[in-house]
Amino acid sequence: MSGETKIDEAKTDGPMNGELLSLEGVGKSYGTVRALQDVSLTLRAGEISCVLGDNGAGKSTLIKIISGLHRHDEGTYTLEGEEVRFDSPRQALDRGIATVYQDLAVVPLMPVWRNFFLGAEQGLRRWGGLRLDADGMRATTREALAKLGIDLHDVDRPIGTLSGGQRQCVAIARAVHFGAKVLILDEPTAALGVKQSGVVLKYVTAARDAGLGVVLITHNPHHAYLVGDHFTLLKRGRMAGSHPRAEIGLEQLTTEMAGGSDLAELSHELARPGLPDSPSDPLSDSLPDSREERSQP
Amino acid sequence: MSSPDLLAQDGLVQDRPAALRRILARPELGSLIAAVAVFLVFAVVAEPFLRVSSLGTVLYAASTIGIMAVPVSLLMIGGEFDLSAGVLVTTAALTSSMVSYQFTAVTWVGVLVSLATTLAIGWFNGWMLGRTKLPSFIVTLGTFLMLTGANLGLTKAISGTVSTKSIADMEGFETCRRLFASEVTVGGLTIKATVWWWLGLLVIGSWVLMRTRFGNWIFAVGGDAAAARAVGVPVARTKTLLYLGVGFGAWVLGQHLLFSFDTVQSGEGVGNELIYIVAAVIGGCLITGGYGSVVGSALGALIFGMASKGIIYAQWNPDWFKFFLGAMLLLAALLNAYVKRRAERGPR
Repeated sequence: MSGETKIDEAKTDGPMNGELLSLEGVGKSYGTVRALQDVSLTLRAGEISCVLGDNGAGKSTLIKIISGLHRHDEGTYTLEGEEVRFDSPRQALDRGIATVYQDLAVVPLMPVWRNFFLGAEQGLRRWGGLRLDADGMRATTREALAKLGIDLHDVDRPIGTLSGGQRQCVAIARAVHFGAKVLILDEPTAALGVKQSGVVLKYVTAARDAGLGVVLITHNPHHAYLVGDHFTLLKRGRMAGSHPRAEIGLEQLTTEMAGGSDLAELSHELARPGLPDSPSDPLSDSLPDSREERSQP
Repeated sequence: MSSPDLLAQDGLVQDRPAALRRILARPELGSLIAAVAVFLVFAVVAEPFLRVSSLGTVLYAASTIGIMAVPVSLLMIGGEFDLSAGVLVTTAALTSSMVSYQFTAVTWVGVLVSLATTLAIGWFNGWMLGRTKLPSFIVTLGTFLMLTGANLGLTKAISGTVSTKSIADMEGFETCRRLFASEVTVGGLTIKATVWWWLGLLVIGSWVLMRTRFGNWIFAVGGDAAAARAVGVPVARTKTLLYLGVGFGAWVLGQHLLFSFDTVQSGEGVGNELIYIVAAVIGGCLITGGYGSVVGSALGALIFGMASKGIIYAQWNPDWFKFFLGAMLLLAALLNAYVKRRAERGPR
């Protein structure tokens, strides 16, 4: 693995140094259903914190709390040393928390530049800000994309004509450009093929290098381990593990993610008589990648 | 998903000739071609169609649809319908007439109360939509039926007949008529006031859509409301403002009807809401929202004007007009669906 140097950087930081966001014992119930309980997470600037879990583990509830779509009803949510409770995504955005959702990152039929500036449009000063500065926004979009190493000349094409990975990249560039401090990525590689996933992960690290704290939600331990500095595992709404990169290897992460003993039991059940067991074969790798053909909505 | 060789080194596709594709992807393109075709057909088959006086007649017919097609197309780009738009025009005219007749002898009071009423009904449509999350088809079908009933019921209760009393002798009538129902004749071409209102609304509507922040929000709430909300666009407020726009258009057209005939028939307007939607769809608006053009809606209205008058000039049986309109609508909807599929599908 090629991430060895990053571990050292993370270690030299003091425990409170650059701490952006921290959750302490956070929980959330929908009616009588406890979707999340007692989850803690800490994020520093220039760090990628991965949240892993199966479907229904509480990953989306956690995102919704951090990004201000839902309010937590237990525990504390601290942002830059100050306890916060958000009523809307707008409030979270204003505090520098940008979320890139897997499905609703962008409006497909709108041009790239209109999507890039959606909700933060620039007006021309001599029109009192009333008239959009379309040329300025086109140029800024091109520049901001170029800064992350994305070369897209025609920013007038509908963003829906870009591939899934490219759309994720535009959304990431957008968050970086608008001064986000915390970037939350919801399954950015789930619907992508191997090559496209690699491209997206590259821009995730570019965002980290730009000084953002990144929360990467995924159910793919391989993708997580390529970029992550810290790994939090969720299972049925509870934390099933929390490890800094130095304390866990890919194999162990994969096993924990797949449910450890559950997986062993499963492979035993599925084992055909006469054939040797293959317990180390990770289910989680082949699942997301095989979905690439269905990625276009 | 694309084949890997289309991806440049950073995973991004090389641009194809952009200028040509941009012209082909204009939402108005289909309606422009259709408008030229309809014009040529009637120019050939109907001799009176090319007279200057006919142009005034065609423009007038187009403007009475176009005034409403502007706000209705904006609303459709914003992803919603308004089935109450047709009877709302009648409500606007009735309110103005009856308030002036019953409470004052000044037409201006009625005109202003009518504006407040149509805006309030537009606001109600938007508020119901935001509050209940019901489809706008249902919400405005409800207001459509309620207004249809109220137009008849209140008119009968107040004036005893199905039409309002004449307000032609009231103070302010002549000024109001000049504003909403006058006509200018230049060299045989008679242009009615509605044409100016239509052009004004068209310029403002198109400018707002293409060149302002609010316009960006209209595209966004129609294209993907959840994505728009996630980046901080006030979705419910944007849609409510679009319904207020429909209310304003209905007010203008309602005042025109009142001041050109000085009485109003309370049962009118039913069915026109569909014509406005047809004009918007022919003009390139997607039924599902997020895509379309205000200029296109004007071309749609123009096609309506040319066809409805051209059939008469050509001495064809006018019964076939609706058939023609329906065929145009289907063709336009097919073209729009094709454009949308092209715009949304991944690079190939």
